[in-house]
Amino acid sequence: MIDTEIKVTPQIAAEHGLSADEYARTQKILGRDPNLTELGIFSVMWSEHCSYKSSRIHLRKLPTRGKHVVQGPGENAGVVDIGDGLVAVFKIESHNHPSFVEPFQGAATGVGGILRDIFTMGARPIAVLDSLRFGPIVPEKAQEKSRSLAASVGRGDRGEYKTAVDSARDDEGFVSLEEIERNRRILDGVVRGIGFYGNCFGVPTVGGEVMFEPCYTNNPLVNALALGIARKDELFFARASGVGNPVIYVGAKTGRDGIHGASLLASAEFSEESQQKRPNVQVGDPFMEKLLLEACLEAMRTGAIVAIQDMGAAGLTSSSSEMASRGGAGIEIDLARVPQRETGMTPYEIMLSESQERMLLVAERGREREVFDVFYKWGLDAMEIGRVTDDGKLRVLNHGRVAAEIPAHAIAEEAPRYERPIAKLAKNPAAELPLVTLADEGADLNANFRKLLASPAIASKNWITEQYDSMVRTNTRVGPGGGDAAVLRLKETKFAIALSTDGNGRWCHLAPKVGAMHAVAEAARNVACSGARPIAATNCLNFGNPEKPEVMWQFTESIDGISEACRTLETPITGGNVSFYNETLGKPIYPTPILGVLGLMEDAECAIGSAFRNEGDAILLLDGLRQSLRDDHLQREFSSSEYARTIHGVAAGEPPAIDLTAEKKLIDCLVRLAAEHAILSAHDVSDGGIAVTVAECCFDSSGVGADVNLPLTNVPAEVALFGERGARAVVSTAAALLARVEHLAAECGVEVQRIGTVHRRDFRIQLNGTSVVQGSVASLRRIWADSLGEAIEKSL
Amino acid sequence: MKFGVVQFPGSNCDDDALHAIGAVIRQPVEFIWHESQQMSGFDAILLPGGFSYGDYLRTGAIARFSPVMKAVSKFARGGGLVLGVCNGFQILLEAGLLPGAMLRNQRLRFLCRQVHIRVETTDTPFTCAARKGQILQMPIAHMEGNYFCDAAALAELERNNQIVFRYVHADGREAGPNDFDANPNGALAGIAGVCNRERNVAGLMPHPERAVESALGSSDGLVILNSMVETLSRRTAERVSA
Repeated sequence: MIDTEIKVTPQIAAEHGLSADEYARTQKILGRDPNLTELGIFSVMWSEHCSYKSSRIHLRKLPTRGKHVVQGPGENAGVVDIGDGLVAVFKIESHNHPSFVEPFQGAATGVGGILRDIFTMGARPIAVLDSLRFGPIVPEKAQEKSRSLAASVGRGDRGEYKTAVDSARDDEGFVSLEEIERNRRILDGVVRGIGFYGNCFGVPTVGGEVMFEPCYTNNPLVNALALGIARKDELFFARASGVGNPVIYVGAKTGRDGIHGASLLASAEFSEESQQKRPNVQVGDPFMEKLLLEACLEAMRTGAIVAIQDMGAAGLTSSSSEMASRGGAGIEIDLARVPQRETGMTPYEIMLSESQERMLLVAERGREREVFDVFYKWGLDAMEIGRVTDDGKLRVLNHGRVAAEIPAHAIAEEAPRYERPIAKLAKNPAAELPLVTLADEGADLNANFRKLLASPAIASKNWITEQYDSMVRTNTRVGPGGGDAAVLRLKETKFAIALSTDGNGRWCHLAPKVGAMHAVAEAARNVACSGARPIAATNCLNFGNPEKPEVMWQFTESIDGISEACRTLETPITGGNVSFYNETLGKPIYPTPILGVLGLMEDAECAIGSAFRNEGDAILLLDGLRQSLRDDHLQREFSSSEYARTIHGVAAGEPPAIDLTAEKKLIDCLVRLAAEHAILSAHDVSDGGIAVTVAECCFDSSGVGADVNLPLTNVPAEVALFGERGARAVVSTAAALLARVEHLAAECGVEVQRIGTVHRRDFRIQLNGTSVVQGSVASLRRIWADSLGEAIEKSL
Repeated sequence: MKFGVVQFPGSNCDDDALHAIGAVIRQPVEFIWHESQQMSGFDAILLPGGFSYGDYLRTGAIARFSPVMKAVSKFARGGGLVLGVCNGFQILLEAGLLPGAMLRNQRLRFLCRQVHIRVETTDTPFTCAARKGQILQMPIAHMEGNYFCDAAALAELERNNQIVFRYVHADGREAGPNDFDANPNGALAGIAGVCNRERNVAGLMPHPERAVESALGSSDGLVILNSMVETLSRRTAERVSA
């Protein structure tokens, strides 16, 4: 227990993560020294996680307006108009550090938190997607090298051996077998946690992506996106108003869990002692949240609720001060009235608790009863704990005695904003690494193709997605594995919504701006492949320590890339989250911006999956770029591909050059083709190049194969098959529609190449008439379908 | 004819069931709150999937004590049609309205996927519109769907023709031992659904209410709802002619 009566010193402020300047700022705001409760309040609200103090000035550069945008960043979630009086409410958020410390609860409460952000606005959540990043779960090529290096040092001097391993470790790729096993356990815990929460809450988990890189070994990423639907005229906002209106606490009781989750866990790097932070991880109860959802939506329908906000990071502190600040009002609460799970909690603990499944709302005075009745019906606590005032202050009483009194605006909005130093890396170490040797005559393309299919990055994610209920609420038209984006029909309308999350940390590491553009482009392309027009985006920016100038450089470059891409592709950013301090023992993760793009389909019947349909259909490659790659870039770009990583153990060079205009053309073309029912399947060309893309179109089908002949180009075979550059998609269509597709594509300025035919059950790719990759679809599918589960279950 | 869909705290397939019955097969349907004991006016009761009361302790173990289940038992004793889906099936087992018990999936993981089940008997109000041996494709989504009973009870189920659905391969072949492709949760004898001796109460783990529109993957679940409608229409006709 923390003694609230102790006098605050600069030393105690420092322990709370406040710098000397920040502490001085609190003294200036109050005109006196803060007491311990007030210090706690400042420390969480001014933490990086809650205040965005390092990112705010840069985030302003993001495009946030557009014809569909109803609510941009600044509320609990973004809101876009989808027609018929309906809005889509969506946001992505990270829960990275808790998921490393306690994977199951960390991931579960990550899902719980983002769901509350959605229903606190009056929207019923209808889908969740998860973007996950882990360290390797199988020994990797780069590591084999390191091990043979270690082995070559042999049994010599122990010190010498260690040195070899250490240098291998510096070599980026090294991950020990113990770490690999731990990565599997983290993945398993995260997946079970996501399933535990979403399955019980009753929201389908419909998509997302999973990638593996050594840099995530000690800092996995768990980003959860949630989507909800509401009527436009029934949205709720977190703006307290009406002096004298009651402030009501609803939901779970407050306990000591999660204290300082936001400030200490989310806003600092990991050290050797991070496991000791387990008590800072919140504990989730999806059943309670399901009740809270139903009760909140029902209470909102009474018309007696003025404002509402969930208690997420910084719990009661953030919800009360933010509602007051946004509404230009004050709030006074008495902690003695807060439902408590434990006895003897101090004001400090109650204000900072991050117990889950709680909400704070403002009701109309005189209509409290209507609100209480709804919550009682659902068996939940509802307690009037205070009232709206006109003095602009957050006043916290404890049994009538003032425990804290701070201007609400100062807590919520007056956190310091830093223009942190920015420094471009003198030289990007990965860009200096040796490149893949091309034109390798000896490359066994058939064997390498199979290795690629079995690699965790490319193998089927079925083992993961089957653990999620992807169908509850019966809206899932295209679910996990069914297409490039998840597609949800909206009952009682003709519409459907498509969603995709994407991000390539490796590319952002090599060139942050181009990598970030690719993240936007790929997410938008995926949405377009499903037949929907991309209309808005949300982003989760996962980076290292912002106090390091190189990390800030990666961050600002990424923001520039996202801004440019979102402008060109007409997908304004409506919200999201910044997660800094993703590093352990001083080693940052790859800069990993994750983009969630939302698309609208006016007719759900236009939804397109990725699977080939009928034997004899034509397989076409749509290419927005048209011109071939410049040779001098070929090798550098190929060295950053999934193939280079899996087969050669190389992660170097630079991401493929990106042409946003070409991306836009391809997107427009795909949307038109779907709207006119001109194509039967669409799948964008990404990880693993054309070879893997075509194979995936077969794997998801009811058993058809493909016979593909790639025409002569001047690129080496490996690049033709496995090269990854943007603005391309593989589509299939009936022979009778071929001319129509060609006509529409020409109108959109997209090149169409017929590359093959849907075959009965065999898979073959020829290069200019010479067969280079072949096998039965059944045998290839087995490799692709089983390898992830086998790898994970090996050591569980 | 009126269907009732019971809402427990934690039910999460209640809206889906209401949609399937009300919007897809267009029959009158209403929710019944878990504290209600009022069954009059209802001709068939559906216990939907979800996590009733959080499924603390054991799936369905708390729900069986709810006020509504007293009324459901009485309704069933009176011959009313009761169908439990997923968590609803688990509740019927816990309440003793159906024989057997549910264990965790053999591989101890939650599983959501399309499965194939074979109609083992058409002599129930839930399958009378189906063909015997008909293969239905429907999704499952559960952690505890591994049906179990002792040898004597299994023999009794077989003897009385109470096994309504079995997990099979897409082509109708029965699942072998540890054949998780066909029998995903390892259920005893591939049992996916059973009925009581009186045949008016049935439960199954797959979700027919999620398989009523081909745009969402399958409409094979319709045959179960349509069987119930047929049965109720027949009963009404019989009452009228009597």
